[in-house]
Amino acid sequence: MSENIKIVKNATCTFCGCVCDDMELTVDLDEKRITKAKNACVLGRAWFAEHTIGDWPVAMIDGKEVSKEEAIEETAQTLVKAKFPIIYGLSDTTCEAQRQAVAISDIIRGTIDTTTSVCHGPSGLAFQGVGESTMSLGEVKNRADLVIYWGGNPAASHPRHFTRYTVTPKGMFIPNGRKDRTVVLVDIRKTPSAPVADLFIQVKPGKDFEVLWALRALVKGKNIDPSIEEETGVSLATLEDLVDKMKNCRYGVLFFGMGLTMTRGRHFNSGAIMALTTDLNEFTHFVTKPVRGHGNVTGADNVLSWQTGYPFGVNFNRGYPRFNPGEFTTVDTLARGDADAAMFIASDPASNFPKVAIEHMKKIPVISLDTKQTETSKLAHVAFATSTYGINTGGTVYRMDDVPITMRSAFDSPYPDDEEILTAIKKRVQELVWVKLGIRGTGNEAKVA
Amino acid sequence: MAETMVLVPGRSSKQGTSLNKGKLKQEYLLITSTLEMNSDDMQRLGLEEGDSVRLSNEVGETVVTCKGRKPEDLPSGILFIAYGPPSSQLMDGDTAGTGMPLSKNIEVLVEKVTVKNI
Repeated sequence: MSENIKIVKNATCTFCGCVCDDMELTVDLDEKRITKAKNACVLGRAWFAEHTIGDWPVAMIDGKEVSKEEAIEETAQTLVKAKFPIIYGLSDTTCEAQRQAVAISDIIRGTIDTTTSVCHGPSGLAFQGVGESTMSLGEVKNRADLVIYWGGNPAASHPRHFTRYTVTPKGMFIPNGRKDRTVVLVDIRKTPSAPVADLFIQVKPGKDFEVLWALRALVKGKNIDPSIEEETGVSLATLEDLVDKMKNCRYGVLFFGMGLTMTRGRHFNSGAIMALTTDLNEFTHFVTKPVRGHGNVTGADNVLSWQTGYPFGVNFNRGYPRFNPGEFTTVDTLARGDADAAMFIASDPASNFPKVAIEHMKKIPVISLDTKQTETSKLAHVAFATSTYGINTGGTVYRMDDVPITMRSAFDSPYPDDEEILTAIKKRVQELVWVKLGIRGTGNEAKVA
Repeated sequence: MAETMVLVPGRSSKQGTSLNKGKLKQEYLLITSTLEMNSDDMQRLGLEEGDSVRLSNEVGETVVTCKGRKPEDLPSGILFIAYGPPSSQLMDGDTAGTGMPLSKNIEVLVEKVTVKNI
């Protein structure tokens, strides 16, 4: 470690949707790396320690190093020439970069979607159908005496959720912290989160909807047949006990994860948990919230919503935004073979999308912006290496409870940030589209190749 | 011997730390190709810790390494894997009009990989 050390207080970790903004980073400015991240969890420590300066080129076309400007030109030409270009990802970049991506989609009359569609997209559909009795995490910390997690494993994916907001912290109306709270975990297996809970309820795989609907019935005073246990794996006595806890708490919260959205029932499961929450408000104060994964996936929902009116799966082909999950969501546009060019920003769909979608990615020109080399950057026609948000660049991100947080950077990177690259692409596609439409010429340099 | 079981891809703490090092690095590839299985199920299928198993369904197939979990932590018939390239091989692209492919509770056929059936 060199002697050129900087301390960054109140820095923000963007590894997960908790977006903890109480980091104290020790930065070695000569070696350009973070040597210590005080207050970070195990995931945050890895996030800060491993985001150093890479040794790959800023831009490559078909695996060969090119200038940033050449890569921007090739990207713009590719997007403008395409008939059904898609833009996807965006959950690990700033809101400032996200809005540039929306503008590009608008200009090229393309389709824009975020990782929400394969995360809490079904919950987004349920919000529109059922509504959400919601809150901020600060409210949970200060008021919640019953905390229920359903289909999520924060111990592995959001370690500080328990310690900053929901289980151990003392709050205004929770003076004794953990002792004043009852914690329940509902899942299909005993995850590492189970030891934190007072009560663990194990549901048969794919039977969440049935359990939630039975709880709704019990809350409303209806009778449920004891055969519910055979169907769902949960006894009637356990359900009645849970309903008793829910009706008699002062402030209850239902957090839910992808155990509900990624399985049979999808948006019906999310809708059921929201409807149960609404029902419980006849008896006490109850709220619900999806536990969001990536550092700024909530920002992506917000930026797309305030720019287009819709949170994900948006198409501009007719010159105005249209929302249709299943048609304009990325797995579908790839799996059906609709997309003829794709730009993936801060996301690696080639490593976690369904096989058929990955196969189509290999047939079309792909543009990738990422801080690391990935399966997606490996198959990309144009690959940009960019700097890391929250470490090398500032900007805005949204915590999972829709609270915007301003980040500060820890050290400079020789790589450009996503916003810089996307702004340059936006400028160039605008020039090319104007020429293509004959609206305005900008000289020979604006010819569509 | 082969059996049909339910595969649950999800996140794990080690997956979270290793992806920061890089998704093309050995550590991440190893974690996303390690399958957790009920130890009683492993015994019934003649599997030992570290054996290779083939998971297959109508979408595709993948070969992963199995690791035992106590029956009280992982019910019989349920398999857990940190999601990544191997689990993608088994995911159907049909989203039923929602945008979300069924990514959890995927029915798969589990069979031990032997020299004969590689």
